[in-house]
Amino acid sequence: MYNFEFEKPGSVADAIAALGTEDAQALGGGQTLIPTLKQRLAQPSKLVSLKGIAEMQGVCTGDDGAICIGGATNHATVASEAGGYPALAATAAHIGDPAVRNRGTIGGSLANNDPSACYPAAALGSGATIVTNTREIAADDYFQGMFTTALDEGEIITEVRFPVPEKANYQKFVQPASRFALVGVFIAKYADGVRVAITGASNDGVFRWAEAEAALSSNFSPDAIDGLSLSGDDMISDLHGTGDYRAHLCGVMTKRAVAAAA
Amino acid sequence: MPKDGGIGASSKRREDVRFLTGAGNYTDDINMHGQAYVHFLRSDIAHGTITNIDTSAAAGMPGVVRIFTGSDFEGVGGMPCGWQVTDKHGQPMQEPAHPILAQGKVRHVGEPIAAVVADTLEQARDAAEAIVLDIDELPAVVDMKDALQDGATKVHDDLNDNLCYDWGFVEENKDAVNKAFEDAAHVTSLELVNNRLVANPMEPRVAVGDYARGTDESTLYTTSQNPHVIRLLMGAFVLGIPEHKLRVVAPDVGGGFGTKIFHYQEEAFCTFAAKACNRPVKWTSSRSEAFISDAHGRDHVTKIELALDADNNFTAIRTETHANMGAYLSTFAPSVPTWLHGTLMAGNYKTPLIYVNVKAVFTNTVPVDAYRGAGRPEATFQLERVVDKAARELGVDPIALRRQNFITEFPYATPVAVEYDTGDYHGTMDKLEEMGDFEGFAARRAESEKNGKLRGLGVNCYIEACGIAPSNLVGQLGARAGLYESATVRVNATGGLVVMTGSHSHGQGHETSFAQVVAEMIGIDENMVEIVHGDTANTPMGMGTYGSRSIAVGGSAMVRATEKIINKAKKIASHLLEASEADIELKDGAFSVAGTDKSVAWGDVTLAAYVPHNYPLEDIEPGLEETAFYDPSNFTYPSGAYACEVEVDPDTGKVTIERFAAADDFGNIVNPMIVTGQVHGGLAQGIGQALLENCAYDENGQLLSASFMDYAMPRADDLPMFDVDHSSQTPCTHNPLGVKGCGEAGAIGSPPAVVNAVVDALQSAGKDVTHIDMPLSPDRVWAAMNG
Amino acid sequence: MAQVSMTVNGKAASGEVEGRTLLSSFLRDQLMLTGTHVGCDTSQCGACVVHVDGQAVKACTMLAMEADGADVATIEGQANADGSLNVIQQAFQDHHGLQCGFCTPGMVMSAAALLKENPKPSEQEVREYLEGNICRCTGYHNIVKAIMAASGQDVTAIAAE
Repeated sequence: MYNFEFEKPGSVADAIAALGTEDAQALGGGQTLIPTLKQRLAQPSKLVSLKGIAEMQGVCTGDDGAICIGGATNHATVASEAGGYPALAATAAHIGDPAVRNRGTIGGSLANNDPSACYPAAALGSGATIVTNTREIAADDYFQGMFTTALDEGEIITEVRFPVPEKANYQKFVQPASRFALVGVFIAKYADGVRVAITGASNDGVFRWAEAEAALSSNFSPDAIDGLSLSGDDMISDLHGTGDYRAHLCGVMTKRAVAAAA
Repeated sequence: MPKDGGIGASSKRREDVRFLTGAGNYTDDINMHGQAYVHFLRSDIAHGTITNIDTSAAAGMPGVVRIFTGSDFEGVGGMPCGWQVTDKHGQPMQEPAHPILAQGKVRHVGEPIAAVVADTLEQARDAAEAIVLDIDELPAVVDMKDALQDGATKVHDDLNDNLCYDWGFVEENKDAVNKAFEDAAHVTSLELVNNRLVANPMEPRVAVGDYARGTDESTLYTTSQNPHVIRLLMGAFVLGIPEHKLRVVAPDVGGGFGTKIFHYQEEAFCTFAAKACNRPVKWTSSRSEAFISDAHGRDHVTKIELALDADNNFTAIRTETHANMGAYLSTFAPSVPTWLHGTLMAGNYKTPLIYVNVKAVFTNTVPVDAYRGAGRPEATFQLERVVDKAARELGVDPIALRRQNFITEFPYATPVAVEYDTGDYHGTMDKLEEMGDFEGFAARRAESEKNGKLRGLGVNCYIEACGIAPSNLVGQLGARAGLYESATVRVNATGGLVVMTGSHSHGQGHETSFAQVVAEMIGIDENMVEIVHGDTANTPMGMGTYGSRSIAVGGSAMVRATEKIINKAKKIASHLLEASEADIELKDGAFSVAGTDKSVAWGDVTLAAYVPHNYPLEDIEPGLEETAFYDPSNFTYPSGAYACEVEVDPDTGKVTIERFAAADDFGNIVNPMIVTGQVHGGLAQGIGQALLENCAYDENGQLLSASFMDYAMPRADDLPMFDVDHSSQTPCTHNPLGVKGCGEAGAIGSPPAVVNAVVDALQSAGKDVTHIDMPLSPDRVWAAMNG
Repeated sequence: MAQVSMTVNGKAASGEVEGRTLLSSFLRDQLMLTGTHVGCDTSQCGACVVHVDGQAVKACTMLAMEADGADVATIEGQANADGSLNVIQQAFQDHHGLQCGFCTPGMVMSAAALLKENPKPSEQEVREYLEGNICRCTGYHNIVKAIMAASGQDVTAIAAE
């Protein structure tokens, strides 16, 4: 690793100030950033840990019934405390491994927007609102392609609000080495329709499968997916699966998610 | 009734206490006063000509002690190859130079080009980034068959081509084999890949070089399976250091699996640089670095054909294999696809005619060498796959077809130059049938189908050759080393013993199991015996641990040395007891005179040896310390039968192992607990090869599976509980303990069982799938089903 | 460089570290607690697992400064007060849950975290919990068995030896 300064502010305001330093970078749980730094693939001048900011910690229920998760809340905490949104808690409970879940944060995951990460599927599939120090961003506007988001330089995710659906489920088919999603499908059934968000598959990062949403909105059953398919052309093709295989898995995992949705 | 001590007891491992409390002493735990750190600048391209290396700016960076490049090693020996294979025309293999740091060209991603020694590792990395390096990229040769095309880019300009050797075995049988195929009633053929693997012991490699100016002595601390071999190769062939001025220490080593046998550039570099810099120099591999610098394993592409007569008797086997050597010859690389592979092609079967052709090929990839099983898994996989395929083609039961062709009489001389001393292949198959509950399979399959899954059952046998090896034989076959083992048994005055063995334990538990043997022989408590290994300064010249040889060869040396101790102790006892030596008996740690109640305790005899007041000094010397070297007269031949049951998810192609049973014959067993653990570990690696692990390059020679993010290591939830049995025992006839070796069996025997099971599952669903290349990852299985 | 202070295995520990100093490096190189091992650089192998404020974390993927003020437990502090092996360590020895020993410290620390959360885990729960701990020697059979035995469950039905 290149060396850097380390700062652990106690408030969002102090964190934003600290991030004002040129090439400063926010540090959530570090579960992706620290391995990246070990490879010397990034050279921040300063890491600003968000773990010391009390106002960015924990899970609560908003006035509108949404589950609100502080940006620096780790996956283990979401798994155990987001019981008001069981599919979200279950998603968090299977990110990485137990030690990773004790460090990794929702804000860090969404800010990074790894194309194979689980949380982007949950956020997009739930139509979550990403709250930053300056604004609120709808999930549909937030994810802008692999490792790309609507966040500006120095902007941090302070909270994520998930409207709680009637039914939801996340099905992850793991890449056998990294244990990230080879394909992960998050479906959520709301009063006004079904959302289907898929991670791991597309070269453009997490995306919504519009045809499946339409079909499931009129008939929320696995059979509704029959006959629908995605093209493998724009899907990730690598050592672990071709684009066509990933496209196929999108259908399989969507059906399974519908069947399992509770 | 299980024993509670000695041979046959599941004694708890004494080494566990330090490992469980964080008190192990691994090489990376060793830090020397004044130590500097080296970072290797490695090639990130597969093939190219170095046109410029400018280290001047880097040399002035903070903390830099010295920067080394290839020019610092002109006149220094290259990395030696320990085995010369002779090709089918009687010519020696092509053997390229293998420099410590690249000389003018780079030939694989990961090849070290420069080495920066600095006060801290980060300073060394900073300076390495400041080295100006220009490489003219050349086309990379990755695919073996492409490498052998006329006009292919040569990996080594000074060699004729990319063919290391073209080996035929047994060349004299070739015509008879071809004739047998012409006469065959049925021929089954199969083309397959034995996938390239990375051993990945959990401890990455580490080397610490140290130099004592006052005495001109060099010391290397290294993660090695065989410190004496490293001392010999590095001292004599690379650095020109006489062995009495060179000490190699391999302390606690965190797994080896073959990849820590070999002598590596980093070891030679740290030893060399410690003297050049007058400071200890340490290198600790990162895992990412390990992927591009540890020798890889397997990587064979094979066509095998099996000829059968009208009664389904095997009449001949013919194989053609391309074996990847990588860019350079690693220490024992040439022996793996030849003498460790071709000699095992008879398997458990009395096939009278066999011809094996192996073309070893240079490519722009990391060198390939022995990995757990080394040659024998490759032999077993192709043989057991083709036998299974033959059974399916002929519509006969795969177990019955195997049984029909089993070798049943021993000793048995195979047509591929080895002689099996003992075995009972029906015995292990009987045991397997009992363990596997094959009668219940149909019901289990029906249950799986109810859950939307396909269930398959795969069975196979294996034989392997362990206890490598008779030195005179391997010398004839091209080995440039002897393959004996050594032990010194030092008895202390108060009766405790220290056994200094040339074997090396890096997970096998020798400190426990070796002590059990000596304790049993003398009749004393195991805790009176200490096992010392891993340091050339205090162990006799030994060849180390690989090829499941430790108990069979190292254990035999220890037995021989202990016998010498007992013989001398009996002489002392006969003097103390004033009786004839012939009448002295040793039992339960006491010497007695046969037929009398006169006896003297072990401790009294050992004390007399060192306080020889009342002692036959005119006949024997004081002291009680003996050394033995044991050179085996044959290999040992463990064998067994394995069964695997899988479920395949037809929607995703994912395979899960539902049951795995292993019935092995290891001859006599010293510590059943340890033996079972060795089988478990081997099974995990074999199942890993079959389902998960894939070391893959792209066409430019870039490693695609370059970290645990892409190289799938078996994890706890990938594997089932294993059902392991080793009650079938035909003791080895030619070593004193009757032992065969168990370390590699699981890795050798399991891959075909898994693949046979998956093929069975898919065929049960009417899929026309006769083979899938490993690893049987979900995407491949799905593609095969929907192909 | 900055000063960090933490409690390690019940004792106060402090030292000067850089921003980039990992907790694993601080433990190994400054406190000489070399039982915490480093087996990869992608946060997957788990040989470095320690507990920070009671939670299992990968010490190679946490900055030393992030542990400032924390209560850290490593393999070196796991034995009983009299130096004898604790229940989990003893189960690993009794059931041959280790071979080369390199992954073992992380395995024991993960096992301790698991049994704190789930005192009687099923075989499947043990296997899933160990997702972040790679062992290359044992095939996990005896590790799983040892952890179940340490939880007080009868493991005699699991294949012998």
